[in-house]
Amino acid sequence: MDAIILQILNGLDKGSAYALIALGLTLIFGTLGVVNFAHGALFMIGAFCAVTLSRILTLSHEVVDETRTDFLGNPLKVDVPYLYDIFGQTTGDAIIDWAVPISILFAIPVMVFIGFAMERGLIKHFYKRPHADQILVTFGLAIVLQEIIKYFYGANPIPTPAPSAFTGSFDFGAMLGFDPGSIIYPYWRIIYFMFAAVIIGAVFAFLQFTTFGMVVRAGMADRETVGLLGINIDKRFTIMFGIAAAVAGLAGVMYTPINSPNYHMGMDFLVLSFVVVVVGGMGSLPGAVLAGFLLGILESFASMAIVLETLPGINQIIIYLVAIIILLTRPRGLMGRKGVMED
Amino acid sequence: MSNSNFTRRGLIRSGAVAGAAGIALPTYLRADAHAGYLNAPQGDTVTLGFNVPQSGPYADEGADELRAYELAVEHLNGGGDGGMLNTFTSKALQGNGILGKKVEYVTGDTQTKSDAARASAKSMIEKDGAVMITGGSSSGVAVAVQALCQEAGVIFMAGLTHSNDTTGKDKRANGFRHFFNSYMSGAALAPVLSNAYGNDRNAYHLTADYNWGYTTEEAVRSSTEALGWNTVNAVKTPLTATDFSAYITPVLQSDADVLVLNHYGGNMVNSLTNAVQFGLRDRMVNGKQFEIIVPLYSRLMAKGAGANVKGIFGSTNWHWSLQDPGSKAFVQSFGTKYGFPPSQAAHTCYVQALLYADACERAGTFNPCGVVEALEGFEFDGMGNGPTLYRAEDHQCFKDVLVVKGKENPTSEFDLLEIVEVTPVDQVTYAPDHPQFAGGSLGTCNPGA
Repeated sequence: MDAIILQILNGLDKGSAYALIALGLTLIFGTLGVVNFAHGALFMIGAFCAVTLSRILTLSHEVVDETRTDFLGNPLKVDVPYLYDIFGQTTGDAIIDWAVPISILFAIPVMVFIGFAMERGLIKHFYKRPHADQILVTFGLAIVLQEIIKYFYGANPIPTPAPSAFTGSFDFGAMLGFDPGSIIYPYWRIIYFMFAAVIIGAVFAFLQFTTFGMVVRAGMADRETVGLLGINIDKRFTIMFGIAAAVAGLAGVMYTPINSPNYHMGMDFLVLSFVVVVVGGMGSLPGAVLAGFLLGILESFASMAIVLETLPGINQIIIYLVAIIILLTRPRGLMGRKGVMED
Repeated sequence: MSNSNFTRRGLIRSGAVAGAAGIALPTYLRADAHAGYLNAPQGDTVTLGFNVPQSGPYADEGADELRAYELAVEHLNGGGDGGMLNTFTSKALQGNGILGKKVEYVTGDTQTKSDAARASAKSMIEKDGAVMITGGSSSGVAVAVQALCQEAGVIFMAGLTHSNDTTGKDKRANGFRHFFNSYMSGAALAPVLSNAYGNDRNAYHLTADYNWGYTTEEAVRSSTEALGWNTVNAVKTPLTATDFSAYITPVLQSDADVLVLNHYGGNMVNSLTNAVQFGLRDRMVNGKQFEIIVPLYSRLMAKGAGANVKGIFGSTNWHWSLQDPGSKAFVQSFGTKYGFPPSQAAHTCYVQALLYADACERAGTFNPCGVVEALEGFEFDGMGNGPTLYRAEDHQCFKDVLVVKGKENPTSEFDLLEIVEVTPVDQVTYAPDHPQFAGGSLGTCNPGA
């Protein structure tokens, strides 16, 4: 039982990342009708917003320590962050320690700007082109973006830890009456799940309870009619692209303490996120979220040692296997709408 | 030992006769020959091919390899401070290129993909006339390129490749490995682990699902089981995995008190980070402190795991903090030129370039069969690993192995590992027909023409 609870927890945090990326993908597809293969790159850029802010906060000047030597035997040059000079070492260290949460504030405007630039600069020229063209151009863009990141940050993963207050694990075992230590789960992963829930809730609330959201939903249902009513739906859809980019970016920012970011982390999530979108139903926001968590949990269970002993390699194909079964039984996905990508 | 109708004694005798009588040697024995072997250098230059990952996940390691090769070329051509040429026990190299020919080089991008690596090596051999191919940061790539070089008829001096198979079942007469291997890691780690953690342990292995992972798991399992450790479980993880939480949580449910991460590169960074996040290092099992082991450490990769490497044992081929004259000379040269210390990948590549050049000088030819003859059974020192033998039977270097531990209080971003033991070469030496290296044979050297 404790093993099952652990794998469900695992699936929830992995599903959170899938759901957030798939949510953004679906927003873009539902509004603009664009299949955005660069969405994984937006997740990656979000993560590198955290890396960048972390580097900004640790910008330093060198102080020579005559008592120690470097690897060549010269006096050691010690980097002293400017933050120490401004706030003192204790406060400076605390700010640097909280670099990832602070990065959320940094990432939102950056990601919205990148989303706008992407949509206005490139993607709008492909609205009326076939989906295959959109896939090719956005996939190409994703490669360009990741190569730019690699040029500036290198190919190796860059450690970006969570604040030290959240580095431990929570003992669910003791809380639920199991053996202490049998169900422990890292604090940051719990926070990631809660953060994802808040973001998903906020996006749904924005679409459901604001006039802007109502117009966007109307546009998703019938773009032409909304346009005929004199509403500039393109402008709103561009804003939605920016919001979708920000959602992916925030998912990336908060993911950095879970796995050290590297330039191809977006590609690692992209294909699975597309499967999530298809399984959830093209254009369906609740479907994307539901499928994200469902496939995350399934993948987690498929990785259990007892499952792998029975069905070796099942962990590598389970998501695709489930996708095939769902699409055979429900061709529009779990919550797909009639008419989407069917013409 | 590879079969060849080419012996050192014969070469020396022929050379002496030729020198005295002024008569021509057989073309394949002549350094200035333009025929008899593939890509015999024309004019006053010789071209080497550096096949390293310039893109893909190991691009940073590839960049360090390339820096080392450029430094080696500089030293071979008489530039810089000479680096390890000053400490190398063989004095055949004079800083005037190789056999009087200035060393030039071309580069290829392996992308850490076997097909791409073969294509770039093929291009360097066929289009650029490279007489030797070297480099790489993956065993899959090394095995693939080694086979290609064997077929083409050029020498392959492997870069970073740790799988037993490179000089085991996939060994080739034209291929040589300076880097250590999985067996050596297991043999070096076992006594240290025994001292640190005792002989009554339950180990759980997570193993990267490819060639290197299998041989490393096998090596560490057999070494630790020989100590009395019990292997609770060994689970294969996909090479493409990024989040290892689903593989870590079953460890919590098991009886294991040791987790062995047979992972390298990004896999290692992520699995180690995840294991630490799940509190494994703070865990007590059956009254014992839970421990994590990383059999193959790379400083460049360890950097990605940050503070998570602290106190974790592993092994490495070489480390910049070694204080022998060869290591100090190399660190001085590399550090002065580039501003930071070299990685183990850079070290093995630099050494391989010098060993190849030295072999050509001693053989008096670039002919691959002459180079093979010169390298087989070659004993040397002054290259940073103590006295070393290039064993003739499998073309594997035998030398001391370093057991390292993640440093608790690093003084710089390079100061991540501390050497806890230099395991003597005798302790990591195995018979050529050891079961972990079974199958395959060197075959005969191929001069390519």
